Amino acid sequence: MLSKLKLSILIGSFLILAALPMITEAIDEPFYIDLMARVMIFSIAAMSLDFILGYGAMISFGHALYLGLGTYAVGIMAHYEVTNGWLQLLVCISGTAFIAFILGLISLRTSGIYFIMITFALAQMFYFLGISLEAYGGDDGLPIDTRSEFFSFFDLNDAWNMYYLILGTMTVTAIVLWKIINSRFGMVVRGSHSNDARMQAIGFPTMKYRLAAFVIAGVVCGLAGFLLGNLTEFLTPEYMHWFRSGELMIMVMVGGMGTLFGPLFGAFAYLMVEDFLANFTEYWQFYFGPMLIILVLFAKQGLWGMLPGKEDMSDE
Amino acid sequence: MTLLLFIEQFLNGMQFGVFLFLISAGLTLVLGIMNVVNLAHGSLYMIGAYFASTFYGLTGSLIVSLVLMIPVMLLVGIVIELVVLRTLYDRDHMDQVLATFGLILFFNELVRIIWGVEAQPLTLPMWLSGNVEILPDAPYPVYRLVVIGVGMAVAAGLFWMITKTRMGMLIRAGASNRPMVGALGVNIRFLYTMVFGLGAVFAGLAGLMAAPLQSVESGIGEDMLIFAFVVIVIGGIGSIRGALVASIVIGIFETVGRSILPVLMLEVVDSETAQTAGPALASMLVYILMAVILFFKPQGLFPARTG
Repeated sequence: MLSKLKLSILIGSFLILAALPMITEAIDEPFYIDLMARVMIFSIAAMSLDFILGYGAMISFGHALYLGLGTYAVGIMAHYEVTNGWLQLLVCISGTAFIAFILGLISLRTSGIYFIMITFALAQMFYFLGISLEAYGGDDGLPIDTRSEFFSFFDLNDAWNMYYLILGTMTVTAIVLWKIINSRFGMVVRGSHSNDARMQAIGFPTMKYRLAAFVIAGVVCGLAGFLLGNLTEFLTPEYMHWFRSGELMIMVMVGGMGTLFGPLFGAFAYLMVEDFLANFTEYWQFYFGPMLIILVLFAKQGLWGMLPGKEDMSDE
Repeated sequence: MTLLLFIEQFLNGMQFGVFLFLISAGLTLVLGIMNVVNLAHGSLYMIGAYFASTFYGLTGSLIVSLVLMIPVMLLVGIVIELVVLRTLYDRDHMDQVLATFGLILFFNELVRIIWGVEAQPLTLPMWLSGNVEILPDAPYPVYRLVVIGVGMAVAAGLFWMITKTRMGMLIRAGASNRPMVGALGVNIRFLYTMVFGLGAVFAGLAGLMAAPLQSVESGIGEDMLIFAFVVIVIGGIGSIRGALVASIVIGIFETVGRSILPVLMLEVVDSETAQTAGPALASMLVYILMAVILFFKPQGLFPARTG
């Protein structure tokens, strides 16, 4: 179970996020709604990565691929004037699930360094595919003219509706993933993290469990891409670039690897630091690179991990 | 005509394969012996290319640039190993990925700060810029042939070093049983530093030779890094032989595939489909090859014998 402190931080953050549109309207700074919407989308993506990385020890270095696939699902369907949100969602989920399944079959045959390099190369393959698809804008990308349409009374062109859809998705995703991690299924995946040979000896086909976890993470990240496509109204292969995958890993690490809720804050911290440094200097990566190395070496437990109250593996 | 085109593309593929080999040789040794994922290996290639353009600008001679380059890259490699890599040997792969990702960010910006954002020019000297007729009426750039020759010479030298010299013996021993080699009184840390420096020199050499053929700008290392990863996955981690075979195969597949595949597709499907799907398929070809090889041989073609 979560410690009281962590639970109150989560509930507090949720309340602040829920009230944010009212606050920004009161102080007349609507810009922050968009910024936080973006942060929350990356939070969902980072959380999905932590699900396989922190709990399943699958160091996927190509996770941004699914973010890109989600935006492509929205973008390509909108391009052909299919704007029904439910249909788009169906295509997005089944498409990302299918690709995650195939890529999982290939990459999960390996482990360790091989797994890192293969997920990296396979994601880059889709990035180059996106660039060569001239019909969908190539490397320039393509504007998405219409946002997804769900209900007639819930227009996503309204900034508040968009914001609350993202907040709702993030909250539901966090709860569902938390349930999965603490379920029997999650226990098997975590067990295979600690000692795969022993899990197999007990009789669990761990490969199937790991593959299922890989697909779940891909689909959740695809959902984040679905929201990202709607928010930015733009489709671009750039979201599939390995650099984005690296950023997602940084968010997970900064938040705390193997703590499901840490990456929520990791995404916030990373995007804020990036924004701050980019305003301060054109060469922000020059400062961020060494900062990252120092963080890795000395503050590995991440923000969430620094809080008292360990999320012990034996917790139910 | 088609045959000539094929031969030309084949040689271009060989030449690209040589670059891949020079980069992946160092990377595969570092991965195999030290068990460290080093994303920043591509940065060494980039740094090499930048140094090459500067040295060449100063001296006007490619040979002198090469001679200056070797100690400089060795030094760069040693410094990176001592400052960052050394602290990562006992860490897990996730830490190594993130820390070396930090290195990439740092170096990509560093070259922008030092050399500016514009691509660095490097034009070939007269004696290398000509063509030679490899077949009657089939001119081919001399420089590309030189690149292939140099690459093959380096590969031969490396094989000799690994199989016949004391250092090569220690490298192989270190790969199969690290603590034992240390217990026998070998300074394993020094050995690691030297191997890393050697890898940096090879990557720098690739950068130097590639500089006249491509624009030298920030971020060029990462494109090569992806290919190097594919090469190592196919060839088997830690295997120089695997790296050589896989580099040449990937180089030829990538180059020949890009030019031949759209032509081949015209034979099968109509021109519009071929024009859309051809480039898309060609860009995926190498990765599909990797996936297929991996499916049958998860450890790569030449798994290194490690303990």
